[in-house]
Amino acid sequence: MTRLATAFARARGRAALVTFVTGGDPTPADTGAILDALVAGGADVIELGMPFTDPMADGPAIQRANLRALGAGTTTADILAIAKAFRGRHPQVPLVLMGYANPMLRRGAEWFAAGAGDAGVDGVIAVDLPPEEDGELGPALRAAGLHFIRLATPTTDAARLPAVLEGAGGFLYYVSVAGITGLQQAAQASIDSAVARLKAATDLPVVVGFGVRTAEQAAAIGRVADGVVVGSAIVDIVAAHGAAAAPHVKDYVAGLAAALATAREKAA
Amino acid sequence: MTVQNSLRQQPDERGHFGAFGGRYVAETLMPLILDLEREYRAAQIDPAFRDEFNYLLKHYVGRPSPLWLAQRLTAELGGAKIYLKREDLNHTGAHKINNCIGQILLARRMGKTKIIAETGAGQHGVATATVAALFGLPCTIFMGAVDVARQQPNVFRMKLLGAEVVAVDSGAKTLKDAMNEALRHWVANVHDTFYIIGTVAGPHPYPELVRDFQSVIGTEARAQILEAEGRLPDMLIAPVGGGSNAIGLFHPFLDDTDVEIVGVEAAGEGLDGKHAASLAGGVPGILHGNKTYLLQDEDGQITEAHSISAGLDYPGIGPEHAWLHDIGRVRYEPVTDAEALASFQRLCKLEGIIPALESAHAIAAAERIAPTLGKDKIIIVNLSGRGDKDIFTVAEALGVKL
Repeated sequence: MTRLATAFARARGRAALVTFVTGGDPTPADTGAILDALVAGGADVIELGMPFTDPMADGPAIQRANLRALGAGTTTADILAIAKAFRGRHPQVPLVLMGYANPMLRRGAEWFAAGAGDAGVDGVIAVDLPPEEDGELGPALRAAGLHFIRLATPTTDAARLPAVLEGAGGFLYYVSVAGITGLQQAAQASIDSAVARLKAATDLPVVVGFGVRTAEQAAAIGRVADGVVVGSAIVDIVAAHGAAAAPHVKDYVAGLAAALATAREKAA
Repeated sequence: MTVQNSLRQQPDERGHFGAFGGRYVAETLMPLILDLEREYRAAQIDPAFRDEFNYLLKHYVGRPSPLWLAQRLTAELGGAKIYLKREDLNHTGAHKINNCIGQILLARRMGKTKIIAETGAGQHGVATATVAALFGLPCTIFMGAVDVARQQPNVFRMKLLGAEVVAVDSGAKTLKDAMNEALRHWVANVHDTFYIIGTVAGPHPYPELVRDFQSVIGTEARAQILEAEGRLPDMLIAPVGGGSNAIGLFHPFLDDTDVEIVGVEAAGEGLDGKHAASLAGGVPGILHGNKTYLLQDEDGQITEAHSISAGLDYPGIGPEHAWLHDIGRVRYEPVTDAEALASFQRLCKLEGIIPALESAHAIAAAERIAPTLGKDKIIIVNLSGRGDKDIFTVAEALGVKL
């Protein structure tokens, strides 16, 4: 079983906690301690953001994190080194790279897939590579043994869903709002029905993200979804505390993990 | 009529021009992009759509634009005969309006009730605000905060036309950031909002439909030169930022293999310094929904473009130009800020025409090329816009205080 499959299986009875931070924010040297804090706080899956100059799908919090990381000189090599060091410290915790197509494809899809594979990365999320355009990266990742994680959104209708699911691996990331990261949250009822619709169409774990900030929100989603993604709220903590962010990140993530641990019992 | 091996049948059904173009957008936008394509295909075969487009171009924009034989410029250069395609005489002062008319008709057809657009110098913003006013639709224009500060007259024009202007504070606060922000807004408002993209870039079908709407330039020029000279020109020259005026002139001539075609990129301070020449100084990559040549570093981070002409100040180029460059059908030449500035002044004095700085780049290339050709040769230069908007920039560059 892959690390991702194992992580979701281990979380049986509760939703997995998926946490995002931007790699290289505030500097490449600080990211390792922040990733460790995510794990220590109880995160099940780590999303490591690859900074990009033009993060079109991101709200202000992650836009600024991208600029901080690039301002600190973060390179693709730094991101892969951060991932590789993380894998050395945490052999079992799945790590996924999330970012935009251009930095991933700059040296060629095979180069990137090989580098990510060598770093012990489990999967890749490319925000601006819809199924129509994944002819390069998807096959290269699968050949290197990595998952190509797909996104579904409120605008992904039943006719389109099979195309989104074809070649998808790891988990299905449900972007719960038609919008950008870190702003409004979707109505819980719409999340409930979307998750039901997606789970009927795939055996992959369905993970819900965008706009999730509080333990209460995470718990509500965790009652129905296989995983909950929290990103911008953690990035905000990194923005506020910089190189000293790790303990604050750990406390915040621990709060989310505790809420998810009991979410389904409370609902029952 | 189908022409075998025609260069005018791109893109393919997936929006690819050779290795370029495509639809690199977030999943949220994909269904809408597919809707837009379906609606555009329906509009293409709807005579009523074509009639209304042509009616507005004639009676509102003022088309056809003249093809002016620049006699004094021709005499001064002593070589090929130079004609200017006068897009500067269109309503709002540039070619941008042609595309805006077409897209707002599509927006209405799709039942969208709100209009958004990005703008750099403000020309596309003004053109979009203009058609939004004409159709009575609320309009929001995204403009980099740096551009807002340096293009106040256009900001005021857009507001007079009823548009809301949003100053974009992210990134470098210029055109590419305005486009990022427009895409972010669109993702959150896809149900009721139409995004009028200003150039032949963005996800398919934008590069195709913007080209089609702008092709009126080349279609007219072709008929006009046949009437004036009884034959096709030897060369076309047009400035290229994103490249919509250029592809509009070029496209109807692509299969006329005796017509040489030259696109002019902004070389800014020179190709060794800060510039906006994506073909001369960039490599293929993915930005704003399409694959094309981009100014970027070795990690794929987009680098800042520079040109004295705000309309050319973009780190990418339309995907069809990338393809035409790769197959060698169009030759792309760089022209620097200094060369454009000199040609700007020369055209004012020789022809009584104040050209846009974008267009001055094409004039500069014509001045370089025309003397090397015989007097029996004919060049058509796209005078894509008028230069009233640029007088402050030019004054500053010349050290004149207004």
